[in-house]
This record gives sequence, structure tokens and C-alpha cells, in this order.
Amino acid sequence: MSGQITNILLVGVGGQGILLASEILSETFMLAGFDVKKSEIHGMSQRGGSVVSHVRYGKEVFSPIVPEGEGDILFGFELMETCRALPLLRQGGKVVVNDLRIQPPSVLMGQESYPEGLVERIKSRFPDFLLVDGQKLAVEAGNPRVANTVLLGAVSRRLDIDEKFWLTALEKLVPKKALEINRKAFILGRNL
Amino acid sequence: MHEILSGNEAIARGAYEAGVRVACAYPGTPSTEILETIIQYKGIDSSWAPNEKVALEVAIGASFGGGRALVAMKHVGVNVAADPLFTLSYTGVNGGLLLVVADDPEMHSSQNEQDSRNYAKFAKIPMLEPADSRECKEFTRLAFELSEQYDTPVMLRSTTRISHGKSIVDLAEPVTGLAEPKLSRNPSKLVMLPGNAKVRHPMVEERLVKLAAAGCTMPVNRQELRDTKIGIITSGVCYQYVREVLPDASTLKLGMVHPLPRDLIREFAAKVDRLYVVEELDPFIEEQVKAMGIAVTGKEIFSLCGELTPGRIRKAYGLPGDDTSAGEKLPGRPPNMCPGCPHRGVFFALNQLKAYVTGDIGCYTLGFMPPLSAMDTCICMGASIGTATGVVKVVGEEERKKVVAVIGDSTFLHTGINGLMDMVYNNAPATVVILDNRITAMTGRQDNPASGFTLMNEPTSSIDFPLLCKALGVNHIRVINPLDLEETKRVLQEEMARPEPSVIITDKPCVLIKREDVFTKGPVYQVDADQCTGCRACLKIGCPAIEWKPGEGKKGKAFIDPLLCTGCDVCRQLCKFGAIGRSK
Repeated sequence: MSGQITNILLVGVGGQGILLASEILSETFMLAGFDVKKSEIHGMSQRGGSVVSHVRYGKEVFSPIVPEGEGDILFGFELMETCRALPLLRQGGKVVVNDLRIQPPSVLMGQESYPEGLVERIKSRFPDFLLVDGQKLAVEAGNPRVANTVLLGAVSRRLDIDEKFWLTALEKLVPKKALEINRKAFILGRNL
Repeated sequence: MHEILSGNEAIARGAYEAGVRVACAYPGTPSTEILETIIQYKGIDSSWAPNEKVALEVAIGASFGGGRALVAMKHVGVNVAADPLFTLSYTGVNGGLLLVVADDPEMHSSQNEQDSRNYAKFAKIPMLEPADSRECKEFTRLAFELSEQYDTPVMLRSTTRISHGKSIVDLAEPVTGLAEPKLSRNPSKLVMLPGNAKVRHPMVEERLVKLAAAGCTMPVNRQELRDTKIGIITSGVCYQYVREVLPDASTLKLGMVHPLPRDLIREFAAKVDRLYVVEELDPFIEEQVKAMGIAVTGKEIFSLCGELTPGRIRKAYGLPGDDTSAGEKLPGRPPNMCPGCPHRGVFFALNQLKAYVTGDIGCYTLGFMPPLSAMDTCICMGASIGTATGVVKVVGEEERKKVVAVIGDSTFLHTGINGLMDMVYNNAPATVVILDNRITAMTGRQDNPASGFTLMNEPTSSIDFPLLCKALGVNHIRVINPLDLEETKRVLQEEMARPEPSVIITDKPCVLIKREDVFTKGPVYQVDADQCTGCRACLKIGCPAIEWKPGEGKKGKAFIDPLLCTGCDVCRQLCKFGAIGRSK
């Protein structure tokens, strides 16, 4: 029932920079003339817990959270968290995910093992799937820390928004001294 | 001019546009960012108070002095501020006064999910409830007008989804022409002795009647008639979910949830075939509508617990909802203490000593989680010490030696200090550990009266904990380095055995403090794979920087992530084989 609304979910681990990425998305959509809402939980989640951020845009957006099972794009910063969030996605939804595994406490302590075959599991349910080697491309852009921006570039390709709005949003929200390298990372991702 | 703002940022903006002079709060998720962002506006005196009661009292003084004042807190903070709040309802205000309360349905970061709307009814004051950031700003402005017009404090209730949700807000210029604050005396109105209060109470009741009548024509309470087969009374974020899930239903959207606009509700009820209330937590609106003799459906189909979502509302109406619980079974990812956190060693020692730990509210509540698993109780801010006093009053001599209260610096100053006063006054032989990491860490590193800085980042005095404890009459005060496991364990053991009240103060800062010279990262550590026997001793502290590699060697080996390690040295002290050392 969301009509012309596009629903994006960003998922990963507290401390990965998910909030900044969702800010850039929201700013871009506003600049492009859309109504935008976003929602996430701060607090406990910052201590290395699971994080889900919801961003929605369209002509008029009501709910700030994506209705369950209506996600159009899942933007994953970490593989297991991406897998955890799959039920939020609609059938035929798109997945863009960083090829990164961050071990949760139980795995670090050797009580459980990190699940195998996550990429195949995601791919089999959501064929419109892109696995990005964020770290490698970030190094190519000049700094391993801009992997998120590479991912963002890859996500941007799946949305019908003019490139200039993305670049303006980056300029507004990324610290000046890191802007050039982030712009490079974004373009690298966008060209994947 | 428009911007994307969170609900909290929009409330701060609304306060600025409303000409607020004083803003005060104690940090608490999800309300904290209101004060953190209000500091950008010049002309507002913004500060952290040691607790919500003091914060409200500061706002009351500012209001009595003739300035507009805002006070913000999380839902449980109102419990602390309730004492002044209820009598403030009687005195009314001079400059407008707004109490912002951020509820946390679903307990994303709270110990209960009490519904603050009950406070507005209980204290007999109006409450506004915005449904997005635009309304957060507009309702904040309106609150100050209502406050002055009706001579009443006003509450504005947000929830996590509103406070931490972002949407587009139109910005406006601040109001002009507000009276300059100055002293004005009116003791019969502001000195609440029985004789004066008896005069004020009927005025409070009258005020509610007037507000309920005015609410029927206020634009913030609005009927939206669409298909009239279903009519839904709703407010806050639930309004957005209803519009999403049942776009054709008629709605009565309430912007003021107390007092309710009774005539408007009657009018709306008469226009629809079937009436519902969609609200999170308590049947606050539903019960009042029922008391008016109107048939309505609410909590028969909605849960009293947790937050609502579009999917949960769909389910309640029997619509096809996607079942998100059908996800795969994956290892959980709970929050964890940071690498290098100075609390880790303390909880490790408490676990080893099999202490009965009365806990408190802060990052260190994570000491409950395995593998540290060293917390037995946690009730509310400051409760650890009073709870410990009560436990030692009833258990036997041997067991009372196990009782230790743990409390952070900020929580101790919030409401723990009274507990310690009582423990000493009544000579309860328990041990208190003040985990002084020099910041209010859990809510995102806010300053407090012991951190040496104000909210405006100005240097100020800082409380000397040993001296304070001495002044309270504690005879045994020990200051320890919590990163030294041997010292920590030994001092805990000595003080736990002591048949008198004692205080141990841990002296290491939070690793996340960004201010210079407070926390500095030490040299990074590494595991010498040749020395590591795979004994797993270093895993017992649950440090996120230590990873178990089951495939290495015979039994597996530990590995330290150099990017996460802060060089705290705690794991080195656990390794009996000398396998952990500084990286070369």
C-alpha cells in the first residue's frame, strides 16, 4: 500500500557508520524534491549491537519505519546482519552488501561459529544481489575507511536520482578534508 | 527554508523559535539530543542538571523569573521530577514552561515502558503529542503559548520513533516581543502552603475544563473524514502507521492528548460506523472514551506491551501482514562493553569473588551479560546502594559479605548519593563501588558535575569523590586502578570482608572520551601464537578485540585485533603462559 514510496533499509553493526550513510540518503532525496522520513534506534545499539536504519521517500511519506516485508532495497554493511534483515524485504527486493564479516560476542568467545554460506543464502532468495568488496575499493579510493561510501555509490545506481543531488549531499555531510576521497569512493561504487 | 531534522532536533528548534531562555535536562535515551542540539542557538542558557528533579526546578525558577523555559527527560525521569511537577501544576507559571518527555515503547534502551500520558492526567496539566518532526517544532511553539495563556506547565510527549525519526521541517524566525524577565513577587500564587494551595486547586480543575473545550477547535486536533465505515482516534507516530495501513479510514488525529476534546470525540464517533482507538501502551484514550459511554475497540485487538508497527496494526485488523519472526536462526549480536572499557576488570573480579551485585543504570549494566555475568539486581537510577543496604539488613553474617553495590559517577550524583548517606547513617555494612569513568557514557558521553565541564563545554569545578564520601561519613575509602586485576580483586576482597560501610572508587576514564588528555590509547597488544596454548583464559573478559580462532593449532588460539585493541593490559594479566604482550 506504499504506492510510490521507496523503502530502503540499512543494516549492520553499531559503530560502522550506518547513521551517516542514512543521513546522506535522506538529504539526497530531500534535495531531489521528495518527502523523506527515516528512523533508527540510538542508545544501546551503539555498543556493537545490531543496527537497522529505515529511510523512505516519495510524494508523501507517513510511517517513519518501513512496513514489514515492504523493503525495496537492503543496504547491508555486514553479511550476517543482512541475512537477519531479509524478512523485512519484499519479494524481488534488491540487496547490496559489503563483503564483510564481523564476529558477534558468542563467536569471538568460541561458543558459536559464524554461519557459513550466507552469500549463497541471500542470493538464492534475492537474485538482484550485489556483493561489494568495500574495503578493496576503499583502498583504491585512497583510504580503507571510506568503504561505506563505496557501498553508497553502488546503492545510488539502483535508485533513479540525479547524480548531482548525491554529490551535493556528500558535500554537505562529509567533513571537508575527507570530501575528495569520499567523492572518489562514491563514483567507484556507482560504476560497479 | 527547510531541513531534515530528528524529532529531538525539531523540539530544540521549536524552543529557539519560541524564545526559550533556559533549557535544562538530565541525559536519557531517547531524549538526550534535545539539549545536545539546543546549544547551537545563542541566547538559550542550556545545562545538564544532576537529575531530572533539579532540572525541572531550574526551569521552574526561570519561568517564575519571567523567562520561557524547557526541561527534557526520558519517561522514567518524570518519576524523579514528579514531586515539583505536581505542585507546579497548582502554582502555574510566569514565563511559559514546557516539560518534554520521551517515552520508550518496546524498551529499546530502558528498564520499563511506562506511559507518560498518565502523568499529564495525574498532574492535571495539558499534554501535546506530535506525530513527526514538523509537528515537534510546531507543537513546541504552541506549548509555550498554551502555557502562558492557561497559566499551566505543559507536557510534550514524544516516543523513540518520533525523537529519533527524521523528517522535513520548515524553519521560521524566533518570536519577538516577549517580555524581558525580571523579578515579580506573587507569594500567594507561588508559596504552596495549604491555605494558598486550597485556593489554587479549584483553578487547576477549571483550567482543565477550559482546555478540554478549547481542544475541540484547536487545529492540532483534527477530523479527517474519508470512508466512514471505520473511524480511528489516534495520535503520535500511531497516526502515521494508521494512514499507512488503512489509508481509506477516517481519523480523528489528536495533537493534544490531555485533556481530551470530549465534544469533538462525540461528534466524530457519531459520524463513523465503527470506532477504534489506536494507541501504544496503555488504553489512555480508550478508557476515557469508554467512560463517555461511547462504544470503542482498542486493546481487545492491540497489545498493551511494546510499540506498534505497520505490520502489527495490519495483523490486528486481520490484514495480510508479513511475519518477520520467520527469520533464520543466527547468532545474536547484543551490545557489549567497548574494548578497553575500565568496567570490564571490575566485573571480572566481582564474578570471581561470587559477589551479590546490586547494579545500576549505565554502560556497566552490561556487566550482567556473559561472560562477566556479575549483576544480580538493577531497578532504576541510583537504586544500587539502597538495595544493597536492604539486602544486608536481612541476610546472615556470611552472606552480607558478598553484597556489593556498583554505580557510575553520573548515576551516583543523580540519586545514588542519598543511598550512600542512608547506608552510612544507618551503618549498613555493604561495599559500594563507584565506577568513575568521568563521563555519562551510556547516553553518549555527556558531561556531569564530576567531569569538569558544562554542557556548553566550559571548564567548571569537578566533584572530588573521595572527599565527598568522607564528608558523608564513610570511613573506608579506597581508590583503585580497575585495569589492575590483582589490585581490584584484593581491594574488593578486603572491603567486602569489612563489617562497616566502605566505598571503592575506580579511577580510569571511558575510552570514548574525545577530550584531550583524558583517555589516550596505549600500545596495542598481540598474541604470540607459539606461546598460546588455547586455554581460553583471555576469553573470560568478553573483550570484542579478542577473537577465538578454532582452526588454529590443536585446540584453537586467541587473536587480538590491532585496530580494536586500546592497550588496556587486562587480557595480558589473565594469560598464564605469557603469550600476550605489546606489539613490536
